[in-house]
Order: sequence, then C-alpha cells, then structure tokens
Amino acid sequence: MDPIKQDGSAAVNGRKRAMELLAKASTEELQAGWQAIKAKPKVHAVRGPESGLVMVRGRIGGGGDAFNLGEATVSRATVRLGSGEIGHGQLLGNDRERARLAAVFDALRQRPDHRQAVDALVDAVESRVAAEDRKRAEQTAATRVDFFTMVRGDD
Amino acid sequence: MYVAVKGGETAIANAHRLLADRRRGDRSLPAISIDQIVAQLGLAVDRVMAEASLYDRELAALAVRQARGDMIEAIFILRAYRTTLPRFGLSVPIDTGRMKIERRVSATYKDLPGGQLLGATFDYTHRLLDPSLLADEPVADPVRKQADESAMMRVSDILADEGLIEADGRLPEDHVPGDLTREPLEFPLDRDLRLQALARGDEGFLLALAYSTQRGYARTHPFVGEVRIGDVEVELDMPELGFAVSLGRIQVTECQMVNQFKGSANNPPQFTRGYGLVFGQSERKAMAMSLVDRALRAEEFGEDIVAPAQDEEFVISHSDNVQATGFVEHLKLPHYVDFQAELDLVRRMRAEYDAKSDGNDVREAAE
Amino acid sequence: MGIQTEIHASAYAGAFTDPVFQSQAVFRALMDTMARPGTITPLGAAAAPPAPLGPGAGAIALTLCDDGTPVWLSPALAKSSVPAWLSFHTGAARTDVKPEARFVFVEAGGIVPGFDQFALGTQEYPDRSATLVLEIAALEGGAQLTATGPGINGEAVVSPMGLPDIFLTLWAENRALFPRGVDLILVAGTDVLCLPRTTKLRHREV
Repeated sequence: MDPIKQDGSAAVNGRKRAMELLAKASTEELQAGWQAIKAKPKVHAVRGPESGLVMVRGRIGGGGDAFNLGEATVSRATVRLGSGEIGHGQLLGNDRERARLAAVFDALRQRPDHRQAVDALVDAVESRVAAEDRKRAEQTAATRVDFFTMVRGDD
Repeated sequence: MYVAVKGGETAIANAHRLLADRRRGDRSLPAISIDQIVAQLGLAVDRVMAEASLYDRELAALAVRQARGDMIEAIFILRAYRTTLPRFGLSVPIDTGRMKIERRVSATYKDLPGGQLLGATFDYTHRLLDPSLLADEPVADPVRKQADESAMMRVSDILADEGLIEADGRLPEDHVPGDLTREPLEFPLDRDLRLQALARGDEGFLLALAYSTQRGYARTHPFVGEVRIGDVEVELDMPELGFAVSLGRIQVTECQMVNQFKGSANNPPQFTRGYGLVFGQSERKAMAMSLVDRALRAEEFGEDIVAPAQDEEFVISHSDNVQATGFVEHLKLPHYVDFQAELDLVRRMRAEYDAKSDGNDVREAAE
Repeated sequence: MGIQTEIHASAYAGAFTDPVFQSQAVFRALMDTMARPGTITPLGAAAAPPAPLGPGAGAIALTLCDDGTPVWLSPALAKSSVPAWLSFHTGAARTDVKPEARFVFVEAGGIVPGFDQFALGTQEYPDRSATLVLEIAALEGGAQLTATGPGINGEAVVSPMGLPDIFLTLWAENRALFPRGVDLILVAGTDVLCLPRTTKLRHREV
C-alpha cells in the first residue's frame, strides 16, 4: 500500500468532502477565508500551481465499460505549511490561484487550530452550492409536463 | 525540378494585421467580452468544446472570438492549445445516473419516473424571428416549482427490468479504453474508440449520416429512449491520497436511442441501443451520435453492411472536422510546381491528341 | 510522526526547482547524447529522489516520464519511496508487467533483467519499445568497447563500468532485432552515455 495514504475512513471522508467543496469555492470565498486568518502560516510551493488536463471518461450505454469522452482543463497545486502539513488543491478550469488557495486550506484543515475556520468556510460553500442547485432544480421542475388523458373512443 | 520560392513575409504580416482589424470591427462599438460569449452564445461555445474535445468554456469562448465566429477555426485553435498541456490523469467514469438534470425527455414512456422535464428548449417555439431581441428588453425570471432533487433513473433501466433491452456495453475483461489522442487508429475499432471519435466528430457530418439512416440507408427503427442534459461530477483518483476527489462539475448531454431488433442466431428479439454522450448542451449532436453508433454496430448484430453510416472506416475517418478542413483547405496553398508538371503533361497529351485527330481527318477525307 | 513524516517528505521533495528550464536542459542533453552514441554528457540538472535512485536518473525520470509512460522499477527501487515520488512528480504509474513499461529504472549495482523481457516495439511501430535507464558505477574505466553505427563518425570507444558480464551478448541480441529493440541510457551521477539500438559494440582489439 502507498505509504502516504494511511488514514482513518472518517478522517478521509471529512477531508474528501472539504477538498471537493474547496474545488467549488469561488475566488472571493477563498480570499475572504484567507483574509479572515489572523496568524497566517508560511506557505511553500511543493508542486505547481499548474494547469493541465484530465481525460474525462464516460461509460458505454451510460453504465457499461469506460470510454474516453474528451479532456477538461484542470488546475492543481500542492503546498507545505511552515509547520509541515501538506495540502492539495485541484479543480476544473485554468484558475491556478484558486487551486493554490484550495491547497492552502486543505493543509490548514489538518491543523487543530485552523480546523474550525476551514470547516466554516467549507460549510458556507456547501450551503451556497445547495441553494444554487435547488434554484436550478425548481426552475427545471416548472417545465415538467403534466399529462392529462383525453376521453378515448369505445368502452 | 524543385523551385524554391521565398517572399510574402510582408504580405502575411499585413494580412494578419488586417485580420485583427476586421475581427475588432467598428471601434465605436464595444468589444464583445469572453463572459458575454460564454453567457449569451453558450451553445456555440458548447459546440466548440465538444468538437475540440476540451471542456473549458472560457477558452472555447476565447477561441470563438479569435476565430470571428468561425466554428471549425475555433475548434482548431482549441485543439492546438490542448496539445500544449500536460495530462494529469484519467477521471473516474462520470455517472450520468446521478446527473443534476436540467432537461430530460423520453419518446418511449409518457409517465416515466421523474417525469418529462422540458428545460430550456427550442422545441415548441415557432421559429419566428423575435424583434424584441433587437433591443435589450427585460426578461422575466423563470417560474419555480417544488423539485425532487433525488437521482433520476435512466429509461434504459426500465426496459432492462423486463429483460427486453440489451445490457450496457461491455468489452472484454482486460480491455483498456483506447485513446485516439495517444495512439493512431487501426481499423476495425472497438466501440469505446468509436464513441471517442464520434463524441469529437463534426455535428453536421454526424447529423447527415444519422438522417441517412432514417431515410433508409441502414434503417434501425429508432426511438429516443431518453435525452438528458445536466451537470455531473468529474472525479479524479489521487494516488498521493489514496482516494478520488471531485474536481467540480461539467455539463453533458446524453442520448439513449432505442432500436428494434428482430433477433439473430445468437441474440433473442429485443431492443438494442445506440449511445450518445457529448460535452455541454447539444441534443442534436448526442442524438445523431447515438444513431451513428447503432448503425456502426451492424456487424455485431449480423446485419448487412449496405450503407455509408454502417461503414466504420468511412465514418470515423471523415468525422473529424479539423482533419477534414486541413486536407481540403491545404489545396489553396502553393502547388505551383505540381501544377506546372500537370500543365506540361496536359499540353503534351493535347499535342498527341491533335496530331492523331489530324491524321484521322486526313484518313476520313481519303475514304 | 517519525517514519511516516520522513516518507512524506521524501516523496514530496527533491523535484526540479525550476521545472521548465531544468527539464528542457535534461531533454536537450539526452537528445544530443542519443544522437551521438558513445559521447558522455553532463545532464545539466539534478534531482534529489529518494534513495537508492540517483540524482541523474531522477532528473531523467522527471523529464521523460508522465501519465502515459508506465515505469518498471527494479525490486530495490520498487520497495523504496521512489514509486510515490515518481507518481507525485510525474504522474507515471509503476507496473510489474515488464512488457507494459515504457521506461525501466535500475539503480547502481541492481540486477539488470534480460532486455527482451521488455517491450521491443513492433515492425510497424518500433517506437513502442522500452527505454532502459541503468545507473552504473562509472561511464569510463571499464573494459574498452568499440562502437560503430549511425551518429558515430567511424568508431568510438566506450568503457562503461558496472554492466553485467553478459552485456555484449545481450546487446548483440538486441541489435539483431532491428528495427525493434530497446534503447539504453547509462547514468553515473549526473553524466549520461546513450546506446540506441542502432549502435554496434565489440571488444576493442588492442
């Protein structure tokens, strides 16, 4: 097993959720979060920030074997805090600064003194995304066809 | 003999400067912004993304602007840019069953679970030019209704319950999905490579082929089992963490085309399926893709190969519009020497022909 | 913390400090050296990969490997933190299946498997073959060999130290497969000597 990946599954789930929401966070949300941190740690770049591609795969027939659909741009960064924590940020698009900030928050979240602040940021992103999703779903729901059957012949 | 020709540098530089001027156009009008193209010409942007095979709305919009709205030129530019980027990895296959649905219709079941959701569609519009769009008149907010945000089952799963439809496409156990951007195509192809080629294929070409199958050139009795459009999560395995994380969402259009199949020695009568999956919102492309995918499976079902849409080498070799435009448009580049040689040849043949027909005239006159 | 932190650190550290220019320098050095078999060239950049991979071989890995190049590692490299380092910095996956590897790395003193166990390419695509990066004790000072072939003006003399005893036999067999076959990059420290499949080697007659 890869030596870097040992972790309890609850901790993994928490980190995974945070990373995914950090990927959806806007520049403004991330910058506001960074501004709010009083004792800012030193941040060293380990890899990136850099832009590249991920080959997006689909499934034949929707649920069959994989095929290569096409690529998407991705930006990613890995940073190390002065105190040693390694953080990763990765998100769709070309915004390398967003990826770098996401990596910083992933690293900060590993520090007990910053965990709460990062989780508050992540929760706020989650509520914002959920509200946007609900709005779109409700707009779509209004275009749902309600069939009514006309009286048929015979019988 | 090869004649080296130089020159034209100044003409080319000036032509590019003129292009930049014409692209910008009347300076008294504000320049169109990338945000405006993404927001207001979204389907043009989506087509460029799909056929460039690169999901990035900002870059696709930039390409549209740079190409002055020439779609194939924009696709070409975006394809070229793509080659400059390193690949970080392969996504976990997207799960269209968990799509955040924006549109979903079925022509096969009226009352399917989740319902028929029309979304933002051109269908049922009267296709009358709308003079209100000449001005920037206010647009009403969409109506909202209580929504069911749970996952919506695919129509293919409904028929699958009865065992009346073929299963999702399976390839041999040890099959590694092919990638035409990494290895040259060798015919015959497996279905995964065909789908990759079709997903980036020219919408017009696939539409015409799909239409040809409906007009009798490889009839497949198709029904739209389902078209769905919406956002799906793109997950990437992180080897350094040991788990996959979502990088965000992309919008895709998926089409399940259901086709009648009378059965063969190996297969019972059942419905078969053609599959379409395209970046962004492009129902026409996804539907055309699914029809062509089904037509290209003729051999698999023991059907006679009688029509262009069933000919894999013909379809896949000609579906890529960047390749096609490159080969067609190269004809305008200097062929001075080639042509000189042909000119000499035609002059010589003409001289021989004239000499021969003069001879004939003499003989005819003599007879 | 202890051991795990150390593994963390070694997998994340040791890449190029200036990736664009350093990888370009290494690529240029490799290209020139491959084009002139028998010459010894400094790579012009070094990496600090986890032991036992050396600085030159590490720099070559950072330059040439990516997600499309499965890598076979010698047993000693495979059980070090080199696989994690390689995966993080290049995206290259380690494979145990020798014919699947596009690059092969063996540390100095490690056992070099028979060349024909790796991908040799096909008649149609001879490029679909493996490149072996072998770290050896020194690029000079061993038994003298005469090299001839494309890229060599007449003859060149090479004297790598630390190759297996049966190397000349292995190499002759590889040469016989042309246009198929593997290519070799021999590394000592941050110097390289390349032997493409086109190069013929024989004992130097004194």
